[in-house]
Amino acid sequence: MSDSAIRVRDVSKTFAQGAAAVRALAGVDLDIDCGELMLLMGPSGSGKTTLLSIMGCMLRPCRGSVSILGEEVTGLSERDLPRVRRDWIGFVFQGFNLFPTLTAVDNVGLAFDLRGLPRRQASRRATELLEQVDLGDKRDAFPADLSGGQKQRVAIARAIAGDPWVVLADEPTASLDTRSGRVVMKLLRGLAHDRGRAIVIVTHDNRLLEYADRIVQIEDGSIVSDSASAGGAGERSVHS
Amino acid sequence: MLAWRNLVHDKIRLAVTVTGIVFAVVLIVVELGLFIGFTTTTSSLIDQSGADLWISARNVPFIEQGTPFSERKLSTVMATPGVAAASKYVLRFAEWKRPDGGQDSVLVVGFDLQTRLGAPWNIIAGQVDDLRQPDAVFIDDIYRERLGAARVGQVVEVQGRRARIAGFTQGIRAFTTSPYVFTRFKAAQNYTVLREDETVYLLVKAKPNVDVEGLRRRLAARLPSIDVMTTAEFSRRTRLFWMFTTGAGLAVLLAAVLGLVVGIVIVAQTIYATTVDHIREYATLKAIGASNWYLYKVIVLQAVISALIGYALGIVIAVLVIRGSKESGAAILLPPGMVAGMLVLTLVMCVSAAIFSIRKVTRLDPALVFKG
Ligand SMILES: Nc1ncnc2c1ncn2[C@@H]1O[C@H](COP(=O)(O)OP(=O)(O)O)[C@@H](O)[C@H]1O
Ligand SMILES: [Mg+2]
Repeated sequence: MSDSAIRVRDVSKTFAQGAAAVRALAGVDLDIDCGELMLLMGPSGSGKTTLLSIMGCMLRPCRGSVSILGEEVTGLSERDLPRVRRDWIGFVFQGFNLFPTLTAVDNVGLAFDLRGLPRRQASRRATELLEQVDLGDKRDAFPADLSGGQKQRVAIARAIAGDPWVVLADEPTASLDTRSGRVVMKLLRGLAHDRGRAIVIVTHDNRLLEYADRIVQIEDGSIVSDSASAGGAGERSVHS
Repeated sequence: MLAWRNLVHDKIRLAVTVTGIVFAVVLIVVELGLFIGFTTTTSSLIDQSGADLWISARNVPFIEQGTPFSERKLSTVMATPGVAAASKYVLRFAEWKRPDGGQDSVLVVGFDLQTRLGAPWNIIAGQVDDLRQPDAVFIDDIYRERLGAARVGQVVEVQGRRARIAGFTQGIRAFTTSPYVFTRFKAAQNYTVLREDETVYLLVKAKPNVDVEGLRRRLAARLPSIDVMTTAEFSRRTRLFWMFTTGAGLAVLLAAVLGLVVGIVIVAQTIYATTVDHIREYATLKAIGASNWYLYKVIVLQAVISALIGYALGIVIAVLVIRGSKESGAAILLPPGMVAGMLVLTLVMCVSAAIFSIRKVTRLDPALVFKG
């Protein structure tokens, strides 16, 4: 019916915390299209990471449904979810989450290893990806010897190893200086605009606004505003 | 790849894991070797006798405990169809007087020179036929010093009678503290003050193709007042007595089990700690699409690599320990089957230890991957 990369319908999530229950998401509806870079913004504790985890099939919602590329994933078994994450979704984390004992090329190669590629081929493909993120010369460096921006570029190379339609990034620039942040954002924007991927970036860094096609504001687990960014079509309708 | 890097990355922890495995392997190999050595030693006279059946007084619990009975039973045995050979045999304690005058207790083994059932083996000096001399005896190389008899031809005293060293065996260790002294039956009768018309055992060789159990039953029917056992049965009875009734074997087995438990605990603990240390990496692997199966492979591979290193080092150390103990007089055996079995045991130990930590990585907590 639609070509949404991700379709979130009436998703709620409540965490039990001792006797008290924390309501992290309250009936969220959201559609993200291919070729779109969306910023998900909101105060701390507003439910951004929770929403990203649910869209990334790492967390199950208490209510509602999530479809990725038209396939309903909410009902999938624990056994099937790793495949969904591997084949459709790329993750980028604030803390990079690289493997300190592996070189840059092996960190990226690991993503191919997960997909059953032979060692040599994995290594060749990983080298190509590192060149794409402009790190061809750092292929044998360990994460400890890379700058924050370089680490995040290795992480992006790893995230796109499976050629996913969706890339989910949680505060990808929070640990980076302004210049590195720009490089990373340009890479992610390129993925959306040149290769038609759906990119969701959680941030509360206003400097990233200029890269967004769309900005979604979330507060207390509900979307409070959803607008095309500067030069876009203005406010969309907001479910409340 | 990741498994290996993870391991070598933390060299101290790898060293602790491997040390734990080495400790367990050495403990288990040495204790089991000791156990096998002990067991083999307790019944070596029976196992090496060449007899198919052992006839003794009623309810003899182990070979050293045989009591005399009338030698006239021998003719009944000989007359039984299926018997190829049968002869008298004695094993009894006696006093040994060294050339320097010191005394020691020995176990005199008297066998028949015609049938040679129960004759000494592994002979390194002299021949069995040398025992035809009325006062000739063989002792084992291990006890030369202790019995004060270093050379062939030396004269000693057994139970106040003259005895002459006619030869030496090698590696025939006595399980009790009393060394074996081999001699012909007639001489042994004198040394052990056995009555002229008595024997302690009758050893029977069955004719070829005769069913030994069938022969045992026929003999038992003809000899109601005494016991007829197959060699295997008597061997097992003797082993069981020394190993379990006395508790000697139990203690050794217990130490082996202890080694296994200590090994599992150390390995489980370190592998678990390693897993917890890398928990965020495992969570990341899951997030980017690794199946549980992939994570199991990484963890189990880590365990297997540690196991192989620990096993190799452990066996080398165990062999050195066993070599060293040869001189000190303990019998530790290391049969090839045990070396192979130990590899399997080490792998099982390490992999089952790894299973403890596998539970830790099967749940994916997004908080682990998304924290800054
Ligand atoms: N695993 C959890 N257990 C309990 N409460 C949680 C858990 N994860 C998140 N929360 C709560 O849910 C709310 C939303 O959290 P989160 O999605 O991490 O917010 P954000 O990423 O916007 O800062 C917060 O109140 C947080 O404390
Ligand atoms: Mg967050």
